[in-house]
Amino acid sequence: MSGGVEIPVRVVAIEQATPTVKRFSLAARDGAPLPLYSAGAHVVVAMDAADRRIKNPYSLIDRSPDGSTYRIGVLRTQQSRGGSAFMHEQVAVGSELTITMPVNLFPLNRTGRKHLLIAGGIGVTPIYAMAEELARQSVAYEIHYAMRDSAHGAFADELVARHGDRVRLYRDDCQEVIAVDRILPNQPLGTHLYVCGPEGMINAILAGGRAAGWPEENLHAERFLAPPGGSPFALRLAKAGITTEVRADQSLLEAIEAAGVDAAFLCRGGACGQCETRVVSADGELVHNDHFLSDDEKASGAKIMTCVSRLKGRELVLDL
Amino acid sequence: MLVSNIKSRPVYGGLKVDDAARRHLVAAEGEGALAVLAAFAGRAEATARATVLYAPGGSAGEDHAAKLAALGLDDLFVMPSQATLITRLNVILATATMGTRLYAAGVEGFIGSVVAAGMAHGVDQASIRTEHRGSLARRVQCVHCKGMTENVTVSPVVCSHCGIQLLVRDHFSRRLGAFQGVSVNAETPGEIPPAEELYA
Repeated sequence: MSGGVEIPVRVVAIEQATPTVKRFSLAARDGAPLPLYSAGAHVVVAMDAADRRIKNPYSLIDRSPDGSTYRIGVLRTQQSRGGSAFMHEQVAVGSELTITMPVNLFPLNRTGRKHLLIAGGIGVTPIYAMAEELARQSVAYEIHYAMRDSAHGAFADELVARHGDRVRLYRDDCQEVIAVDRILPNQPLGTHLYVCGPEGMINAILAGGRAAGWPEENLHAERFLAPPGGSPFALRLAKAGITTEVRADQSLLEAIEAAGVDAAFLCRGGACGQCETRVVSADGELVHNDHFLSDDEKASGAKIMTCVSRLKGRELVLDL
Repeated sequence: MLVSNIKSRPVYGGLKVDDAARRHLVAAEGEGALAVLAAFAGRAEATARATVLYAPGGSAGEDHAAKLAALGLDDLFVMPSQATLITRLNVILATATMGTRLYAAGVEGFIGSVVAAGMAHGVDQASIRTEHRGSLARRVQCVHCKGMTENVTVSPVVCSHCGIQLLVRDHFSRRLGAFQGVSVNAETPGEIPPAEELYA
């Protein structure tokens, strides 16, 4: 099926890391060890809400040494369609969820001689896993972690405890910013940069890398988005002959799945390109939220990434 | 240019100056100097940030080194051989920063050596800009004795180390910067196809 093998899990521990972030420990319901994964990987968590199934991608923080649990970190977002709100309000210890097999779209480059890990806010989750792996391999690395204030640094204390003076913390409330123009120009050849955080921060860091003359091959970013909501619209699947509605709090892909069509997907965060679908016609304006299609492709209106993009208008007809 | 469906066969994209780079580190051999001249001539902002290492080799009589010197480069090292050039290149790479872009121009064996040196310093192969100039002669590794034979223009060729007749393949080792040579008559000993001049 689309998205690969699913693993039924149970929540075994919940930790309130900051006022807006909870960390969940997940164990397989059959007690089997969870699969090994490489740092930077994520799983798609399926949540059965009262009236629908919500699926969001979350980066894996770590796997317990005996393999019995994974940890994920979930930020309660304000414009949530319900996924992060469901995790924060409905999920308790003992709750049952389903996750996909881990997929890594943000891997470490193993030929790198040094690694700069840069995180903003909840973007720290894959960075945390990468730092653990680099520490195990005794490779040179630095961590730069920007947070709103000390109460919102979900992983600050743990990172400092584990990585010592390799960590630099930046607090927005103290006007501390990551000085890319000082950090990036003098890094040794063979350094790779990985950034995960808010869109504006990612763009600023990558622009700083280019300005310092870094080649594209050494600049890596993960821009996962939870699918944003919007206005409801009518959806027709031309091949399946199904007409349905995409609700305001539903993603296009979730509505397709709710209609019983097994559409392709992988990351559900607008990054991987698996869910690219041909648009037959659109009565309204396509709202492209992904990072996969080129600007030209977006402007052409011929394709849409169903996981994060939607329609602002009356009816969308897809080649599904 | 040879066409091959073997994926490891290198493709040389041409010596285009990357204007975003803070430093241009250029290694050239023989006729490769012409590619450097074509890419950098008349570009003062690029030549002011360029270090060129040049081994004239068989092109010494053409005096490309004088033309390179006239470019107004930040630094030009004319080296007596490819081997000494690679040694100096390694010293520069050891202290280079991420704003440095590596370029290579010349025969395939030389480009392979430069790319291998860059990769050994953690440079991603895709960010190295290369242009093939001069002879198609190959560096060939005998897969049986591991010996290297330089300047191979025919196939099959006799391994200069163990004497086996080698079929020269398009299968390329990036680590060694060399094409692979395999015994041409392993299943029918004694039968040797006539040597063809393929890589002159």
